[in-house]
Amino acid sequence: MTFRAQHLLGIEHLAPDEITTLLDLADRYANENRDGIAHRDVLAGLTQINMFFENSTRTQASFEIAGKRLGADVMNMAMAQSSVKKGETLIDTALTLNAMHPDLLVVRHNASGAVDLLAQKVNCAVLNAGDGRHEHPTQALLDALTIRRAKGRLHRLSIAICGDVLHSRVARSNILLLGKMENRVRLVAPPTLMPAGAAELGVEVYEDMDKGLKDVDVVMMLRLQKERMDGGFVPSEREYYHRFGLDAAKLSRAKPDAIVMHPGPMNRGVEIDGTIADDINRSVIQTQVEMGVAVRMAAMDLLARNLKAHRAAAKNDRGAWA
Amino acid sequence: MSEILFTNARLIDPVTLTDAPGWLRVAKGKIVESGDGKAPEAKGEVVDCGGLCLAPGIIDIGVKVSEPGERHKESFRSAGKAAAAGGVTTIVTRPDTTPAIDSPEILEFVARRAAAEAIVNVLPMAALTKGRAGREMTEIGFLQDAGAVAFTDCDRVVTDTKVYARALTYARSLGALVIGHVQEPILSEGAAATKGKFASLRGLPDVSPMAERMGLDRDISLLEMTGARYHADQITTARALPALERAKRNGLDITAGVGVHHLTLNEFDVADYRTFFKLKPPLRAESDRIAVVQAVESGLIDIICSMHTPQDEESKRLPFEEAASGAVGLQTLLPAALRLYHAELIDLPKLFRAMSLNPARRLGLPSGRLMADCPADLVLFDPDAPFVLNRDDLLSKSKNTPFDGARMQGKVIGTWVGGKRVFGGA
Repeated sequence: MTFRAQHLLGIEHLAPDEITTLLDLADRYANENRDGIAHRDVLAGLTQINMFFENSTRTQASFEIAGKRLGADVMNMAMAQSSVKKGETLIDTALTLNAMHPDLLVVRHNASGAVDLLAQKVNCAVLNAGDGRHEHPTQALLDALTIRRAKGRLHRLSIAICGDVLHSRVARSNILLLGKMENRVRLVAPPTLMPAGAAELGVEVYEDMDKGLKDVDVVMMLRLQKERMDGGFVPSEREYYHRFGLDAAKLSRAKPDAIVMHPGPMNRGVEIDGTIADDINRSVIQTQVEMGVAVRMAAMDLLARNLKAHRAAAKNDRGAWA
Repeated sequence: MSEILFTNARLIDPVTLTDAPGWLRVAKGKIVESGDGKAPEAKGEVVDCGGLCLAPGIIDIGVKVSEPGERHKESFRSAGKAAAAGGVTTIVTRPDTTPAIDSPEILEFVARRAAAEAIVNVLPMAALTKGRAGREMTEIGFLQDAGAVAFTDCDRVVTDTKVYARALTYARSLGALVIGHVQEPILSEGAAATKGKFASLRGLPDVSPMAERMGLDRDISLLEMTGARYHADQITTARALPALERAKRNGLDITAGVGVHHLTLNEFDVADYRTFFKLKPPLRAESDRIAVVQAVESGLIDIICSMHTPQDEESKRLPFEEAASGAVGLQTLLPAALRLYHAELIDLPKLFRAMSLNPARRLGLPSGRLMADCPADLVLFDPDAPFVLNRDDLLSKSKNTPFDGARMQGKVIGTWVGGKRVFGGA
């Protein structure tokens, strides 16, 4: 078993064996969650602070449940309404929190790289719950676990990521993770929502759903935010739905057993047809939410082990010098 | 002032583009003569250069000294010391202070502070429009009389082309030099990185490198219209170069500069959101960097500058997109530029053509040359001496250098301004 990371800031810095280790543990937690087995001793005595500078309901709840299932003392800080409004800088906030000696810090921030910056200033394990348009590693890991359980493997699959790739941290983390695990990744989006240099990221780029979805194993839809629809990036909601919304006709291009995913929250009738989202034979959207808790349990478990080892080593070092 | 004889020197002459052993004699603050044979008999102080390089002092166009307004970031005293330590003998200051240098009264304050505090020559620039707001032109005539050597709104682009055309026309009648920032402002708004794979991976707001071509194309059209004397502050992309080349060939009075950071670093240096590498315009692709270096070598780009921009820790220790842009460069301009020499991309006379001679020519200064009757503004340096840069060793009040911890080559041994030693020695 290998997991060396001190923080979970992004998929970029994880090695394939670390990803597999984390998914294996998460798989076990997922089964135990279903069986009602709790492990309240794993994070017992540790303090987990959820610091969300951006509003979030589902991710924050998922991290909170994951921490509580493993016995951590969980505290939520709604940063969007607090001292940040009073002009405190991110680093001052980090130092203030650090002085309270938390063990696990879960952070979401609207600026790319903000979580990396914060991690440099604290001495606890930091988990990135989404930073700007950069990364959202636990989302990519839960997507990977969902795929692995549905398809029986996480390699040599053809996966289409569709929609607003430009603004999506979920897409970036997924591109990195699925690439590291040796899958074929396609990006399907209107050119105005495709990031620059996408073709250099080791993916295939499509501007047409029918071609992009042909024979894929997994269709991963992304959320399109309302404010980006009216003429800014695409002409209108209805034209977007017509050309890029996932409906039965477009889905028929994929393999007959292809699964449909969405990181939520969904805009039914914008990026995905309601009946497809609810089709229990195709949609694994609810499983994604379920796997989210398991993956976050595994991530915090592994980081806490490394944190404890790190602190013990530091203590021994001090002992040797004393 | 007494006489100084520099012997046993390697003279870097940007006029003749030669790099040869020789001697140089200075008297009364001016260069008297130089030669390559046996040095004449000394009548005063002798500086044995030990075979190291003696070149005309650097003239750095576009230095931000944060007076008035933000003296905690940089003062004339600290900037002067940093310049002297970097072999810069003349700093040409930017008007993007708080308030902007846009009236003769503020310019006089700056000139007085500079004269009292700075140990190198300071030539101020003034804003082209009041408050750098792009709406009304400043008193270009009065400002010129008060000593403004050029007019620029710095990184703010005058978007109203009618205002800009009139300011350029008016400046032309006075023979005033206008310096433009050639990044198309709407496309560039909020950008923290250059469009491409790196910006996409880091999830940073980006701008296409074409924004520079667009800005330059517009300014070239306005030059054709108005006939103004014009300098583009920073050309950093390959695609802007043909437009510049064409404008020069068509006889427009245009020159262009580039910051040393864009010649020596590329977008990947930002790595994991290192804000000391956040510049305006943002760092470019490696292919752009190489093209721009070649343009300096060929002379298409005329001037290398430091774009010295002091920022305090607070404005840099923020998430990348919220952090302030700019880097200090007075003291690292020469060693950074020498990277191009050591990489065998540009030889020393051509480097000093871009750092000393061309800025002097563009501003109508007699310095920047090793010729008789020119001011004895000189730098003596060892081009090979290696060192690891420690930001805390910088003499600027602000320490925001991208070269912290970098291995560099090239140490200044001595700097003279008007025949007076301002750095090095006993």
